[in-house]
This record gives sequence, structure tokens and C-alpha cells, in this order.
Amino acid sequence: MWIYERKLEYPICVTQPDVRMARYLMAQYGGPDSELSAGVRYLTQRYTMPTNKTKGLLNDIGTEELAHWEMIGTMIYKLLKGVPVEQLEQANLGSHFTEHDHAVYPADANGVPWTAAYVQATGDPVTDLHEDMAAEQKARTTYEHLIRLSVDPGIKDALRFLREREVVHFQRFGEALNEVQEELTRKKVF
Amino acid sequence: MDPQQLQMLSEIQQLEFVAVELTLYLDTHPDEQEPLNEYNKATGQLNQLKVQYESLYGPLAVYGLSPSKYPWQWVEQPWPWDI
Repeated sequence: MWIYERKLEYPICVTQPDVRMARYLMAQYGGPDSELSAGVRYLTQRYTMPTNKTKGLLNDIGTEELAHWEMIGTMIYKLLKGVPVEQLEQANLGSHFTEHDHAVYPADANGVPWTAAYVQATGDPVTDLHEDMAAEQKARTTYEHLIRLSVDPGIKDALRFLREREVVHFQRFGEALNEVQEELTRKKVF
Repeated sequence: MDPQQLQMLSEIQQLEFVAVELTLYLDTHPDEQEPLNEYNKATGQLNQLKVQYESLYGPLAVYGLSPSKYPWQWVEQPWPWDI
């Protein structure tokens, strides 16, 4: 069961629409290393984790990712709000308008729709945790690119927050991986 | 949204962030006393502030977590993406 809280994890202040930035931000809404992929990945992997700590961590980071997904969706919604179709076309969002109008749709910055193929779950906790650590680093890199591309101080500020969360998640996953490896070594009978 | 509500919401966001960060930390460090004390401290303050906020501006969560005044307040408040 999940309970929705009527607030963002971190406030989003957008001063004016920016179609170009909205399009770039779609990388984190519906791209391979998006917040959606991260949330579904961790919440899927948690079932087959071998220890209580790792189950707990994947459950809780997975839940936080959904809050980040909402932050990105809020940014895209605000940046596209009220923008006329001509401006969408100029920013290469004419095809987005054709199918989705001003809807916030899970596709990447090039319009490629989100797919479950972005979610890895091998059933091997060591493999899955390595995957998760790599995913956090990829998301951190994407946030750094997005920060460089953004001009609005409110967007930059929220992206800095999200980048920092990737670093913290990477750290926690690393600790979880160490624990799993110690556990597996202990269980061996020589 | 009026500035006083925004200010209160911001305090809730800050306190809940402390709780989120400590939750993840405690998931991998369950035996550490100091972060656990900090977690319990933030949780107490957060719950107090939420009760205060909800009595003024309506529920932050439904599904049985918070009561509502008449008429059902949930659908009347602004959504986070409209603030």
C-alpha cells in the first residue's frame, strides 16, 4: 500500500515557460535512467533481495524515486503550461503535440516512449545492486548535463537537489552491496 | 497559495527531508543510536507540524491518515503542480 502526500519532496519554482528545457527534462521523466525507471526497477528488485536491510533499502529508495518522478513531471508541466503550438514546434515538440498535446507523457528527450526494457531484475542481488549503482551514476551524469542546459534558477536549484539524491542513493546501495557480499561469504561451507 | 501556508509547507518539506534521509541511512546502519535519536526527534516535530497544518489547510493525506472537515476538503485544495 502506498499513501499519497499532497506535497512535493522539494519545492519547484518556475518563473516562465521554457519548451526547450521541458523537452530535455523528459530524459528524467521517461528515459532509460529516468526517475520512473529507477522507481520501477527498485520496487521490482526488492522482492528477491536476500537480507532485511536490502529489502528495506530498495523499498524506501524506490518510494523516494516516485517522489522525484513527480518533481520532474511538475517541472515539465509548468514549463509547457500555456505555450502555443508554434513554440512547441520550434523546440521539436510538434510530434509530441500531435499525440499528447500538453500532456506530460513518459518518453525520453527524443520522444522515444518509456519501456519496461529499461528495468533490470536478474534475481541475483549482487548483479542487481551493481545495476542500481550504475543507474544512480548515469542519472547523476544526466542531471549534470541538465543543470548545464538550464537557465531558470528555480529549475537549476531543484536539479541540484535531485543530483545530490543520486549521490546519496549510490552510497546507500554500495553499503547494501557490501552487506550482501559479506552475507554470501559467511554462508559458504568449506 | 497564501505566503503563510507556503511557509508552513516549506517547514514540513524540510523536516520530512530530514526523515527521508535518515530513513535511508538507518536502513543500512540500523545499530547506530545517534541517527536514530535524530530520526525520532524529526518525526515528533513533523507530526506536530502536520497536525497544525492540516487543521488550517486540510489533509495532506487521505486513505484514513487524516480526518476532513465538511465538505470533503481533499478535492478543493491545490495540487503540488499547480502551486
